[in-house]
Amino acid sequence: MPIAIGTTDLISILPIAIVSLFGVYLLLQSVFAPRMNRILIPYLGILGVGLAVVGNFFLIGMEGTAFEGMVRVDRLTVVLNFLFLITAALSLLITISYHEGEHVEFLEFTPLVLFSTAGMMVMGSAESLMTIFLGLETMSIALYVMAGFRRTNRHSLEAALKYFLLGAFATGFLLYGMALTYGMVGSTNLTQIAQYFTQNALDVPLVALMGLALIIIGFGFKVALVPFHMWTPDVYQGSPLPVTAYMAVGAKAAGFAAILRVISLSAFSIAFQWSEILWVLAVLTMTVGNVVALVQDNIKRMLAYSSIAHAGYILVGVVASNDQTVPSVVFYLIVYLFMNLGAFAVATMVAGQNERRVNIQYYRGLGYTQPLLALAMAVFMFSLAGFPPTAGFIGKFYIFSAALQSGYVWLVILGVINSLISVYYYLNVVVAMYMQQPVDEKKIAPVLPGVGVVILVAVLGIVYLGIFPGTMLSVLR
Amino acid sequence: MQGIPISHFLVLSAILFSLGVIGVTIRRNAIVIFMSIELMLNAVNLSFLAFSNYLNNVEGQIFVFMVMVVAAAEVAVGLAIIVAIFRLRETVHVDDIKLLKW
Repeated sequence: MPIAIGTTDLISILPIAIVSLFGVYLLLQSVFAPRMNRILIPYLGILGVGLAVVGNFFLIGMEGTAFEGMVRVDRLTVVLNFLFLITAALSLLITISYHEGEHVEFLEFTPLVLFSTAGMMVMGSAESLMTIFLGLETMSIALYVMAGFRRTNRHSLEAALKYFLLGAFATGFLLYGMALTYGMVGSTNLTQIAQYFTQNALDVPLVALMGLALIIIGFGFKVALVPFHMWTPDVYQGSPLPVTAYMAVGAKAAGFAAILRVISLSAFSIAFQWSEILWVLAVLTMTVGNVVALVQDNIKRMLAYSSIAHAGYILVGVVASNDQTVPSVVFYLIVYLFMNLGAFAVATMVAGQNERRVNIQYYRGLGYTQPLLALAMAVFMFSLAGFPPTAGFIGKFYIFSAALQSGYVWLVILGVINSLISVYYYLNVVVAMYMQQPVDEKKIAPVLPGVGVVILVAVLGIVYLGIFPGTMLSVLR
Repeated sequence: MQGIPISHFLVLSAILFSLGVIGVTIRRNAIVIFMSIELMLNAVNLSFLAFSNYLNNVEGQIFVFMVMVVAAAEVAVGLAIIVAIFRLRETVHVDDIKLLKW
C-alpha cells in the first residue's frame, strides 16, 4: 500500500517541522562551525521560533486530521501552538541574559529548547495515543537534559536524576494505560476512542476504566498533581532558572493539552466516571500546593509549590467538563504563561551569578533600589494571587464559573478559600520589596535587555488580558 | 501463539509490570531502578503485542516500535545523567542524593 503524504499533511505540521529543523540546524552548526560566535545561537533559535509563528498562521481556519488520523488541526491546535512558541521565545530571551551572567556553555541549550517545544506542539495537535506518547517523550527527554545542564552543580544534577527517574516511571504507567485502552477500543485513534466510550457509556468495561485511570496518573505526574507532585519542588529548585521557567509553563501547558485531548474531549461521555476522581485530585492539589508554599523561603521552591496549586485550579476547569472547559482552561494557561515567566524572569535578575540570591530575603528593599523591577514583580505576584484587575483574576473567574455551571459549588468554595491562602505568600514577597530594609548593600546588576523584554511582554500581557479578556475569549470559543 | 489464550499474556504482562513497580520502589541503586523502569516498559510492550495479535490490528505493533525507540533515547539520556552524578558524587545510591528537601 503506497503512503501518500499530501500538501495538507505537511502544512498541518508546519510549525513543528520548522522548529525541529532549526533545532537540527543549530546542533550541526555548533559542531561544524565551532568558531562561530556562540552568543548568536540563542538569537538564531528565536528566529526559528519566529518563523514557526509565521508558519502557524497558515494553520488558522484549518479543521481536520492529517497523516492518516495521527494529527489533528483545529482551533485548539493553533492556539496551543502559539502558546508553546511564545513560551519558547521568552525562555530563550531569559537564557540569553542568564548565560551572560553565568558563564556556562549554553551551546546545546537552544536546540534542546526547540526540540522540546516541537514535542509540546505534537502533544497539542495529537489525534492518536501514539502521537501523544511521542510528543510527551520528545518534550520530556529534552527537559531531563536541560534540568541537569549545570553539570558541575550538585543541585542541578540531582534535579536531573530525580526528574528523569520519576518521569520515566510515570511514562510506564501512562503507557500501560494506553495499552489497556487500545486493547479495549481496538484503536489508538482518539476519535474512535470517543466513539467507543459514547457507545459503551452506560456499561464501560473495567479494563477500559483502569486504562483511563493509569493515563490520568501518567499525565498527573507531568502536570504535578498531588499526590504525584513529589518531584516538582526539587526539580524546580535544582534546575537552572531559565529551564525552571520553561518547564513550569511549557511542560504544564503541554500536559494539560494532552489531558484536554484525551480526558475532556475523548472521554467526555463517561465524565461521570472520572470527574469525582479529578475532583479529589483538584482539591488535594490546590490545598497541598498552597499550604506548603506558605513556609518556603526560597523563591524557586515557592514558585514550584505555587505552580502545583495552579495546576489544581486548572484541573477545576477540567472537572467541570462542559462547553466552558476548553476555553477556560486554555485562557488560564495563557495567563499562567505571562505571570509565571515574568516572575521567573525577575527571579533570574535578582538571583545574579551562580544563582546565589534565591532566598526571599534578597527581595527586601527592592522597591527602592530597583523600582521598576519591583513594580513588575508586584504585578506578577498580584496576578498569581488573583487580584482584579489583573489577568490572574479573570482566569480564575472563568475556571470557577465553568465549575459552577456544572454544579460543583463545594469545589468552587474550596478553590476560593485556597486562593485566599495563597495571598499570604505572594504578598510576602511584595511586603519584603516595599516595607523592609535591604539585607546587603550589594547592588543587583542592571536589568539586561533580554530579560527586560520578557518582563515587559509579561506585564503588558497580564494587564491587557485582565482588562480586555473578551478578545481572547472570543478566539477560544 | 496458536492455542495460548490472550489472558495468559495479559497476566504475565501485569506481573512483570508489578515487578517493575516494586523494583522502582524498594531498590536504592539508580541503575537498578532504571532497569526496573525498563522492565515496566517491556511489560507494556507485551500487552500491546498480545492485544495486537488478538484484535488482528497492526497499530499495537507500531506502538511497540515507538516505545522501543523512545526507551533507547531514554537510556542514552538516563545513563549520561547517572554517569555525570557518579563523577561528581562518587555514588549512585538514591538515598545519598538528597540535597534538595522541603
